[in-house]
Amino acid sequence: MANQPDNKQKPEVTKVLLEEIIDSPSKKKGRSGTGQAILIPILAVLTGLIIGAVIIALTTEDVYKAFALSFGDGLGAAWKAISTSYEALFKGAFGDPARIIAALQGDNPIELRRAVNPFLESLVVATPYIFAGLAVAVAFRSGLFSIGAEGQIFIGATAATFVGYSIKGLPPYIHMPLAFLAGAAAGALWGFVPGWLKAKTGGSEVINTIMVNWITFRLTEWLLTGPMQRPGSGGVPLSPFIEKSAEIPQFFDKPIRFHLGFFIALAVAFLVYYFLFKTTWGYNLRTVGANPNAARYAGMNIVTSTIVAMSISGALAGMAGANEILALNRTLALGFSPGFGFDAIALALLGNSNPIGVVLAALLFGFLRSGATRMMLATGIPIDIISILQALIIIFIAAPAIIRTIYRLRAPKIEDRVVVKTGWGGK
Amino acid sequence: MAPVLQLKSITKRFPGVLANDHIDLTLQQGEILALLGENGAGKTTLMNILYGLYQPDEGEIWVREKKISVHSPTDAIRAGIGMVHQHFMLIPVFTVTENVMLGEESLRYGDFLDRPKAAARIREISTKYGLEVDPDTYIRDLPVGVQQRVEIIKLLYREADILIFDEPTAVLTPQEADELFEIMRLLVKQGKSIIFITHKLREVLEVADRIMVIRRGAVVGETTPKDADREKLAAMMVGRAVNLEVEKESATPGDVVLEVRDLEVANDQKQIMVEGVSFEIRAGEILGLAGVQGNGQTELVDAITGMRRPTSGSIRLLGETVTYATPRKFTEMGSAHVPEDRQKDGLVLSFSIADNLILNTYYKEPFARGVIRQEKAILANAERLIEQFDVRTPGPLIHVGALSGGNQQKVIVARELSRPIKLLVASQPTRGLDVGSIEYIHSQIVKKRDEGCAVLVASSELDEIMELSDRIAVMYRGKIIAIVNAGEVTKQEVGLLMAGVQIDLTDAGRKKGRVKVESTF
Amino acid sequence: MAEIIVHRKVEEITPRRKYTIAVVLLLIAGLMTGLFVVTASHDAFTTFGLTPGGITRGSVPDLVLPTLEVLIGLTVLVGLAGIYQLFKGFGRFTNLVLGLSFFLFIFALLIWTASGKSLNLGGLLKGSLLLAVPIALGALSGVMSERSGVVNIAIEGMMLMGAMTGALFGSITKNFWIGLGTALLAGLLMAAIHAVLSIKYKVDQIISGTVINIFGAGLSSFISSKFMQTYEYLNNPPIFPRVPIPVLADIPFLGPIFFNNNIFVYVLMILLIVMQIALFQTRWGLRLRSVGEHPKAADTLGINVIRTRYMAVLLSGLIAGFGGAYFTLGSIGRFEELMTAGKGFIGLASMIFGNWSPVGAVSASLLFGFFENLGPSLSLLGSKIPNQFTSMLPYIATMVILAGVVGRGQVPAADGVPYEKE
Repeated sequence: MANQPDNKQKPEVTKVLLEEIIDSPSKKKGRSGTGQAILIPILAVLTGLIIGAVIIALTTEDVYKAFALSFGDGLGAAWKAISTSYEALFKGAFGDPARIIAALQGDNPIELRRAVNPFLESLVVATPYIFAGLAVAVAFRSGLFSIGAEGQIFIGATAATFVGYSIKGLPPYIHMPLAFLAGAAAGALWGFVPGWLKAKTGGSEVINTIMVNWITFRLTEWLLTGPMQRPGSGGVPLSPFIEKSAEIPQFFDKPIRFHLGFFIALAVAFLVYYFLFKTTWGYNLRTVGANPNAARYAGMNIVTSTIVAMSISGALAGMAGANEILALNRTLALGFSPGFGFDAIALALLGNSNPIGVVLAALLFGFLRSGATRMMLATGIPIDIISILQALIIIFIAAPAIIRTIYRLRAPKIEDRVVVKTGWGGK
Repeated sequence: MAPVLQLKSITKRFPGVLANDHIDLTLQQGEILALLGENGAGKTTLMNILYGLYQPDEGEIWVREKKISVHSPTDAIRAGIGMVHQHFMLIPVFTVTENVMLGEESLRYGDFLDRPKAAARIREISTKYGLEVDPDTYIRDLPVGVQQRVEIIKLLYREADILIFDEPTAVLTPQEADELFEIMRLLVKQGKSIIFITHKLREVLEVADRIMVIRRGAVVGETTPKDADREKLAAMMVGRAVNLEVEKESATPGDVVLEVRDLEVANDQKQIMVEGVSFEIRAGEILGLAGVQGNGQTELVDAITGMRRPTSGSIRLLGETVTYATPRKFTEMGSAHVPEDRQKDGLVLSFSIADNLILNTYYKEPFARGVIRQEKAILANAERLIEQFDVRTPGPLIHVGALSGGNQQKVIVARELSRPIKLLVASQPTRGLDVGSIEYIHSQIVKKRDEGCAVLVASSELDEIMELSDRIAVMYRGKIIAIVNAGEVTKQEVGLLMAGVQIDLTDAGRKKGRVKVESTF
Repeated sequence: MAEIIVHRKVEEITPRRKYTIAVVLLLIAGLMTGLFVVTASHDAFTTFGLTPGGITRGSVPDLVLPTLEVLIGLTVLVGLAGIYQLFKGFGRFTNLVLGLSFFLFIFALLIWTASGKSLNLGGLLKGSLLLAVPIALGALSGVMSERSGVVNIAIEGMMLMGAMTGALFGSITKNFWIGLGTALLAGLLMAAIHAVLSIKYKVDQIISGTVINIFGAGLSSFISSKFMQTYEYLNNPPIFPRVPIPVLADIPFLGPIFFNNNIFVYVLMILLIVMQIALFQTRWGLRLRSVGEHPKAADTLGINVIRTRYMAVLLSGLIAGFGGAYFTLGSIGRFEELMTAGKGFIGLASMIFGNWSPVGAVSASLLFGFFENLGPSLSLLGSKIPNQFTSMLPYIATMVILAGVVGRGQVPAADGVPYEKE
């Protein structure tokens, strides 16, 4: 026991990362628990993919036609459907390995970029997920079940757009951060309101954030058909384009969209991690989240903590919206978010509300979504298959007993996941 | 005569614990059988098996010489077995009638509830057994004693004739308890048979016809009140000569540290639980706060630690008025608090020991510089305290939820006592702990006193109050009805005070014999 | 007999709340004066049509009101209520008065906006009812499940699946009854997943609900874009026709609004009455509620907690599936991705709004439906208030209610807590 502090002081980076993701309470003894904490998510993803394969096979007409001929033909057709789909998914997510190798051996830099573009595109897709997932994770860690990310993303995007087009003549190094932070600030305000209501009146944040979402959708709809409507858009709810100076720069020429936002997201993830686990404020939030009674006993201010947590959560979600506008869309349209905010809940669960886990989960989602786009083009399988996969993966992670039953794993003695208090809040 | 109930060789294992070890039990018609044992001896497990809430690993249950299998409470109810649970099984937002009829509803027109009919039956039962209650009131509006009556009516409504009472007096005042005993006697007179589970010796001797003692899941002996006395029962129950005396010098009180004047405190339901309470504690003395649970001690302790805002009155700590101060203010002024419910208030079970040890000082040097946590200092602190307070754990990063109750309490005690403090408020500091931990925590509290700390110990265990206190304040229905010097009263006298009996504590009064002083176990 | 200890209680109704509400009432009166009375023109009349368009049975002549006079009358009424509250207080009727005053304000708004014009009030109310149907069904679905102690935020996903399967099988068989049957089945299956996850595997119920929402949205969109959008004949179900109820449909004013609808409205009405009575007057309801309040107590009395919860969640799924079918088989006639557009969540808010009682929940749904419909109606009259703001009102109202301005409701005590037998 004497030399344990030394271990702790000079840990290997990867080991620490893993430990943080796993967040295992029994770092120093239970080996099985630690192993399963990694194993279960992997098996969950695997099982999700297998069930996805079944769905693909079941919804491909050729498979039925082949089964009508003979059972063997049916199996063959099913296998073909699944393998072509998943091959497309893989190539869409990471790029075509053969093409990348060829490009590496050649010396055409443009061809190389094009070859790795699917991979870069996955990172682009993952970027808003990182922000939004962090937003929900911060709320979860603070014991708050926020469903408000979607509305906060909208308002963040709206604010970023507004600052992006209305202010003119600023240098990029001021305008871009300003627009980005405007998005964060608007999101923070949108988190503050339900946070304040929760802290001061006990009104359930679940319902209040849902309500705020709807208010936001209506509000942006009004803004885009009124004050913020692009002149000459002919009644289409669209905002003006943002100024060049407000854009988050993309690194390469079109069609490669890989942009600075990805690195901003990683930096923010690190900051959130540092905030939650290495500062007293983070400790405060986590204590309130894990046991509000103990937090009160310890003299922590639960009201402030709740409000701060919801505001930070909102700010992070606002960044997701700002990122999409400033780096990719450059104009605000009503349907610009394909439900980032709702997927974010899934991400936070998948990443166990840990920033590093969230980044990994967001990357997974990014690869899946980006791959699914290609899969849709190649095989006609709707991109919605990804939502199904996501749901399945979360089911298996939230109910590890199912995975253990399937794979005959033994249950660990102690489970430690961030458990969010259910029910409708109040007192 | 044939027994109404026989348990044969009941065995129940939980992971790592043998809760019931081949227990045999026989209950005769019309008797009160007391099942005596310490907390955790296996009494409740046995009864939950009988009531179908647990399944035994081995053994048989016979009712009226017929072997029955009890897989659920329904089976037990069908066999005429009923149970008054330690924590009432009542639904606050339902009326008495609805609670009583639930599961055995009176119906009309198919599936519709016939409330008047059920209410009439309840009135009938309550007249017959002297269990007065209004069937139409909501449970949430009833005092605890009456709620217990509703629980008993529930059994009688189902015509149960084997009644199990699981620690029924834990939440009652002594008078309410006496009343319950009256009811129990009446019930057996009417032909019911009762199993009475308790760990209180007085009650056993008072009400039981036969006594069975359980220790560590096994029956260690059987006796009757006639053949037994408290010492004998205690020895059977605990299994060794009871000696929990704390060695301590007499106190040398110094300046007043805490001064409470006319304090009034309400609970969450806005009921005033503490009324006009005044007292003071000096440096270097231990004030014991005695009282039956629910007489306002919890709220009083909450108020003097900043956890609950008093509705009027004043609190002064070290000369400064802190009536409405926050818990942090109290902590910063050198007050420490060992809370009543350690898992609810005192610990964050999913956090490591190290993080729990800085729960209320996390923002201070050396654990933080600015807002940055100092992991090295936090870890070093944990290792020092784990060593010093003998917390049994594989390491400082183990989460507290994985520790035993005794070690969890040691974590709290270590955190609170390791600071330089002027006032220690300890509420039920040893509830549910093993003897070793109790002795250790007691010695630590006395040590703090000897260092010149003012100490308040609130406990519903009279033994603990008697052993630790220099002075004893007795709370009854929200008021402190007496503050006495510990050396000058007997346990019996304090017990009477806790029951709200005003006694004359002068020598003259004692000689007049207004208070009978019996064995002082 | 032991004396009963009665604890003295701290004053329950705070004077502060009393005065806050008085101020709110006076503020409403002030607003009515400033916005409507002052700006209303003399000698103008407001005409209210009382029969929804396209219906002849039970029609009544239009209602013509002198605008200014009625506005003054309404304003004075609210003002008087405010003054009474300030000095004496309405006591336990306070919330009722507050609600009525709010209603009067809306009525004044309508009169003022339609001054010199004609507004079809019957049409407005009927439209509100039809918009409220899926919300109300969602709310009842929530009441059913949550009364047994299982939080159900998965109503949205269940409805989507119900809508999709209803449209798909309705189209394939060209039979709306079969479509409805499969919609119910879809709701049931989704509920079964929720039940297994939250009851058997004790997954956090909000997580389980979220997952089902994602799953429901994903699967319905998947099947829709894979088949239904490609093959038009797979997305062209017959719609339940409007069936006027004999006698009742002829009741003036009410008949056309309530009793000249399709099966969904009628089932909703029946379900409302049945649930209200069943929950509070029958053995079944008593047991269901006991499981939601104190499952352990129920268990000790021989009530099967797990089975009761399964039953409640499955019934909840059936109701949600039925509500989903309304979208495709009851109104629009084809499935579109994510067409429930959050109605399930609004239903959830209605349930909370309505204090977990069927009557309350449905009333709240009607309110949501009304405001959803109010905006477009007003803008038809040339009102300057954007639709978006009127339809925001119920969301804001829900937040205000949750904040406890109107007092907090009675959540089932064990709502959201998995039952463990130890």
